[in-house]
Amino acid sequence: MLYLYDGPLNVATILKEWYEQEASSNYGAYISFVGTVRSEDNIEGLSFDIYEPILNSWFDAWQKKAAAKGAIIKMAHSRGDVMLHESSYIAAVFSPKRRVALELIDEFVEDFKASAPIWKYDLRGEKRVYALERSTAIKGSGLLK
Amino acid sequence: MVRVEFLGPIQKEPLMLEITNLKELASILQEDESMKEWLENCAVAVNDMLVCSREIELKDGDRVALLPPVCGG
Repeated sequence: MLYLYDGPLNVATILKEWYEQEASSNYGAYISFVGTVRSEDNIEGLSFDIYEPILNSWFDAWQKKAAAKGAIIKMAHSRGDVMLHESSYIAAVFSPKRRVALELIDEFVEDFKASAPIWKYDLRGEKRVYALERSTAIKGSGLLK
Repeated sequence: MVRVEFLGPIQKEPLMLEITNLKELASILQEDESMKEWLENCAVAVNDMLVCSREIELKDGDRVALLPPVCGG
């Protein structure tokens, strides 16, 4: 359950939809993470490129890992521009008991930051500047150097 | 022919190359001054699967992608 949107996420709607989708699924825990664009270094917002084929296979592998623990993961992300105080990323885990969801949301969001094929740019004036210094090289990088 | 794509912030048009493995691709891209820094920090996918060996053989119709450092969220 991976949802991609053009522009900012409607946080209240997405969290409500996910809640309603699983309201009768007998999960005891629903734990969400909402990422919001903060004001720092005079940026006006952020912008994102996504490579969907690899994002989909990365997410499917996580969904299998969650399923082995009786849990499911949902994730939403923005494409394009997201301005200050808007949201670009939501992740959530539903699980029978709280401990699985608490641990999975931590592992999932950390691996997302390190591995998901999404590129972030700072918006400054008319410019879209790749945020290289805040980015992480994917495991195995440098193969062709 | 193998199609080579440069994802995210790499400002480079796709290439169509007659190559049979990633070693040959490395040699070609190492000659390109604009790719020097990207080669240090890019991961490589063949047909949308990340790979970690240059020994992988490539055949006609394969797609290679270079993925620079990521930062979702």
